[in-house]
Amino acid sequence: MSNQTINLTLKVWRQNKNNPRGSLETYPAKGISTEMSFLEMLDVVNEELTSQGIEPIAFDHDCREGICGMCGAVVNGRAHGHMPETTLCQLHMRHFKDGDTIVIEPWRARAFPVIKDLAVDRSALDTIIQAGGYISINAGGAQDGNTIPIPKENAEKAFNAATCIGCGACVAACPNASAMLFTGAKISHLALLPQGRPEARKRALSMVRAMDELGFGNCSNEAECELECPKGISITEIARMNREFIKAAFL
Amino acid sequence: MNWFIENISTAVGKKLIMAVTGMGFVGFILVHLVGNLSFYFGKEAFLAYVETLHKLDPLILVIELVLLALAVIHVTTGTVLFIQNWRARSTRYAVTKSAGGRTIGSRTMPYTGFFILLYVILHLLQFHFIDRTQMTPYDAAVNTFASVWYTLTYIAAVILVGLHIRHGFWSLFQTLGLNHEKYMPVIQTVGILFAIAAAVGFAFVPIYIRAVT
Repeated sequence: MSNQTINLTLKVWRQNKNNPRGSLETYPAKGISTEMSFLEMLDVVNEELTSQGIEPIAFDHDCREGICGMCGAVVNGRAHGHMPETTLCQLHMRHFKDGDTIVIEPWRARAFPVIKDLAVDRSALDTIIQAGGYISINAGGAQDGNTIPIPKENAEKAFNAATCIGCGACVAACPNASAMLFTGAKISHLALLPQGRPEARKRALSMVRAMDELGFGNCSNEAECELECPKGISITEIARMNREFIKAAFL
Repeated sequence: MNWFIENISTAVGKKLIMAVTGMGFVGFILVHLVGNLSFYFGKEAFLAYVETLHKLDPLILVIELVLLALAVIHVTTGTVLFIQNWRARSTRYAVTKSAGGRTIGSRTMPYTGFFILLYVILHLLQFHFIDRTQMTPYDAAVNTFASVWYTLTYIAAVILVGLHIRHGFWSLFQTLGLNHEKYMPVIQTVGILFAIAAAVGFAFVPIYIRAVT
C-alpha cells in the first residue's frame, strides 16, 4: 500500500470557558498520511496549533484500538465517521480524499454536556448502569465453571449485547438523543443469562427511569443508532428491553 | 394506579401508548378502507353499507367514542414525545447525515401526524357532521369532490396517512418487543404494502367519483 499524504480543511467545534457558547473554527491539516488514524491526524494538527500558540483541540481517547469506548466525535454528520462498525480511533485517513473539508463536532445531547471542544461528559451512561446494570452476588470463592448450564445461543446473544463499549455513539446518532440502544444492550446482556434473572424486573424499571431522569430523548424507531454503533448492536436489543419492561411494569 | 401511571409515563411506557393506540387506528383504517370499496359498486351499494353500519347503532357510538379517546391519547402523547425529543438535543449539529436507518416515514412522523389530525377534523365536518335529512353521505362525497381543491387536499392527506403507516406499522411491533429476525422482514413488507394500499385505495375514491359524475 502506498503511503500517500493528503491535505484537508478541518472545521472543528471549539468550546471552553472563554468561549462558553462554542463555535466551529477552521484549521488546515497539511501533509496527513493516509495510514494515520483520525486521532493521529488530530494529534498532528494539535502539534501545529501548539507551535502557533493556539490551544490544542481537546478530545477524549484511551486505547486507540477500538475497544475502550473513550473516543468519539461526529464527523461530517456521522457518529465515529462514515465507516461501519468503526470507532473514531479506528477510522483511517485513507477513507478521505485530498482537499476534503471535514466538520468535527462533539456528541450532541442535553444529557452529555460539553466539557471542552470535542470532549463531553458521558457520566449519564454510568448513572444508568448504577441504576441496575449489575447483578448482586455475595463475594467469596469463585464458583466452578459450567455449574450453571447456559444454552450456547443465549450465551452468544448475551455476549453480542455485552460488546457495548458505552461510547455514546447511539445517543449522538439518534435524532432524538435517546439512550435506548445503550440501555437496551445493558438490560439485554443480563436478561439473557440466568445470573441476571433474579433482578431482571427491578433492573428494567430502574434503568429506564434513570434514562428518563437524565434528560435523554425517547426512541422513535429511527434505527440510526444500530448503523452507527461501532459494535453493530441491533435494535432487537431495544425490543428485548421493551419486552423486559412490559413484563416488569404490567405483568 | 400509581404504579401504572409511573410506568406508563416512562420513555418505554409512552412508546407503548403510541403503539397500542396506533394499533387501534390500523384496525380502523382497514375497516374504513374495506367499507369505502362499496363506492365502486354505486350509490345504492354505498348507502346500503352506511345503513348496515347504522343498524349496529349503539355499538357504532361506542366505537366512535373509543376512537375519539384513542385520538386524544395518541395526539397528546405524540406532542409530549415531540417536545421532549426536541429538548433532548439543546444544541443542534451543524452537519447531519443519515446512516441509512431513517425513512421518509420515520423522519416526518410528527409532521404527517399533525396534518392528518387537521385533515381528520375537516373530513369529519364534511362527511360525518352533516345534516342527513338534507343529503345522503353519498351526495356529500359527490358534492365535496366536485371541487378540485378538496379532491387534491384529500389525496394529499391520504398520502400522509400512507407515510404515517409506513413507519407506524412496523414500529408498533418493535415497541411491543415483537422484533424477531424471522418475522421482522415480513412485518416490514406488510407495513409498506398496507401503507400503499391505504394511500392508493383511499385516493382512488374521489378520482372514481369525479370520473362517474
